[in-house]
Amino acid sequence: MEEKLLKDSVGLVETKYFTFAAPPHELILESSQKLGPITLAYETYGELNSEKTNAVLILHALSGDAHAAGFHKDDDKPGWWDSMIGPGKAFDTIKYFVICSNIIGGCQGSTGPSSINPKTGKPYALDFPVITIADMVNAQKALIDYLGIDKLLTVVGGSMGGMQALQWVSAFPDRVRSCIPIATALKHSPQQIAFDEVGRQAIMADPDWKEGDYYGQGQPERGLAVARMVGHITYMSDQSMEEKFSRKLKDKDYSFRFAPDFEVEGYLRYRGDNFVKRFDANSYLYITKAMDYFDLPADKFIPPHKNIATRFLVISFKSDWLYPSYQSGDIVRLLKRRHVHASYCEISSTYGHDAFLVEIEEETHLIKHFLKNIFKG
Amino acid sequence: MTELLKRLDYKIIYDIVNPGARVLDLGCADGELLSLLVKGKNANVQGVEVDEDAIYKCVEKGLSVFHLDIDSGLRDYPDKSFDYVILNQTMQEARKADFVIKEALRVGSKVIVGFPNFAFIKARSMLFFNGKAPITNSLPYRWYNTPNLHFLSISDFKDFCADENIKILEAFYLGAKKVIKFLPNLFALNAIFVITRQQ
Repeated sequence: MEEKLLKDSVGLVETKYFTFAAPPHELILESSQKLGPITLAYETYGELNSEKTNAVLILHALSGDAHAAGFHKDDDKPGWWDSMIGPGKAFDTIKYFVICSNIIGGCQGSTGPSSINPKTGKPYALDFPVITIADMVNAQKALIDYLGIDKLLTVVGGSMGGMQALQWVSAFPDRVRSCIPIATALKHSPQQIAFDEVGRQAIMADPDWKEGDYYGQGQPERGLAVARMVGHITYMSDQSMEEKFSRKLKDKDYSFRFAPDFEVEGYLRYRGDNFVKRFDANSYLYITKAMDYFDLPADKFIPPHKNIATRFLVISFKSDWLYPSYQSGDIVRLLKRRHVHASYCEISSTYGHDAFLVEIEEETHLIKHFLKNIFKG
Repeated sequence: MTELLKRLDYKIIYDIVNPGARVLDLGCADGELLSLLVKGKNANVQGVEVDEDAIYKCVEKGLSVFHLDIDSGLRDYPDKSFDYVILNQTMQEARKADFVIKEALRVGSKVIVGFPNFAFIKARSMLFFNGKAPITNSLPYRWYNTPNLHFLSISDFKDFCADENIKILEAFYLGAKKVIKFLPNLFALNAIFVITRQQ
């Protein structure tokens, strides 16, 4: 890694692991089932100040992980939100202590269906209990307690990360000074559930899925790749696909076979094939189900007559049709009814749902100033 | 503060607002007025603005602002959520101005309305002598690029308040640099009214 590459980067980082909820102190899940012991993968950047008032919790989306910024040893690809986290960036690691926590149910170092079930000594597979966004947040709260942080400066995330951020305020309003939900919703719409179900069906229709019991034999790669392809379509917009691919061909002419003639086909296949190398098919089922179950009614999110001091910055993107702006509008309407101090911006991006990972300049502008004012008190 | 209060309409509105008041500014632009009210009056403020660049400037100033148009900006607020709702130079741009004023009166105890006076003497003479749509300091646009959807005079607004049973608490008439007292409907470029619902 070159020196200049590290200049505005948090540099070399390592994923850490926190294990808790060992029996008999398991985490009670929303389904009333118990889960434990639980390991959460997480990374931190910057330093916690002595008053412990500068901690930022970053929450990732469906396929994200704890590696949000900087570089792992022998890997030249930075973390998934590296453009937002680092010295002088939106989440300025000179000022703030930034934590990115992985989720339970995942497959990137935290306890999920591919983890070993201590009762059987084999991977959980479908014996892993169905988890919810609230369960993910309850597990993260254990991590924040362990880190000794009483009050987070902010909880922030896009897409499913935004759901977790909203859930944090709902469950632990006194533990978060501010919340930045990006391109997200208070509940999954039928359209969102439908796309998730197509992804799940693709996985479960793959003969290699074997009722989830495929560990050690290779996972249902074709099904998972198709699920990811559908996902990628929903993350882009008509306009961004036109700009990126148009009707461009991979070769000079049509093949007159069912080969990937168009660049867009090649792209989707490439993204699908890459995804199966790093993601577990069962985790995809569990996590999408958690998103589909997410439904935060107004009175549960912010109970009436409860004075809530948490301040909000709600961000949506004009071309995002997977999490359309009206869903962020629903959040804003509720904040108005409850007299919660908030800001809302609909960024005029053409990148669709992906915009939250792309529109760095606009997000940085909003978040940097918003956080500065929260931090000032 | 005096330097910042160089806009006469800002100075008038600033003086109207009580310290510590809850204020909603509909069409708050870059948030300058709200910022003054926070600093000088310790007001509890919320802005609504439709322009994205203006939103960034408001957030820079540390203001709470919603990226919404005026019509949807008022919706969902419970009755009397604010001590003042400000509609400065924005009411005439709203599609349903009467609805916006009524909604503002529902959401706020008092509403501060500022608008350009269409019956200003120069506007009258342009129409009468030149036979052309007026262009004045407070109505600087051409017919094809004006954001204004409604053109009204000070007298029109007073009639509206009388018809709708709205009480006028205070009225200020603005010339180019100072307040006008004499024949305001003829000599004022802009007007600022403080109105409330008749009990």
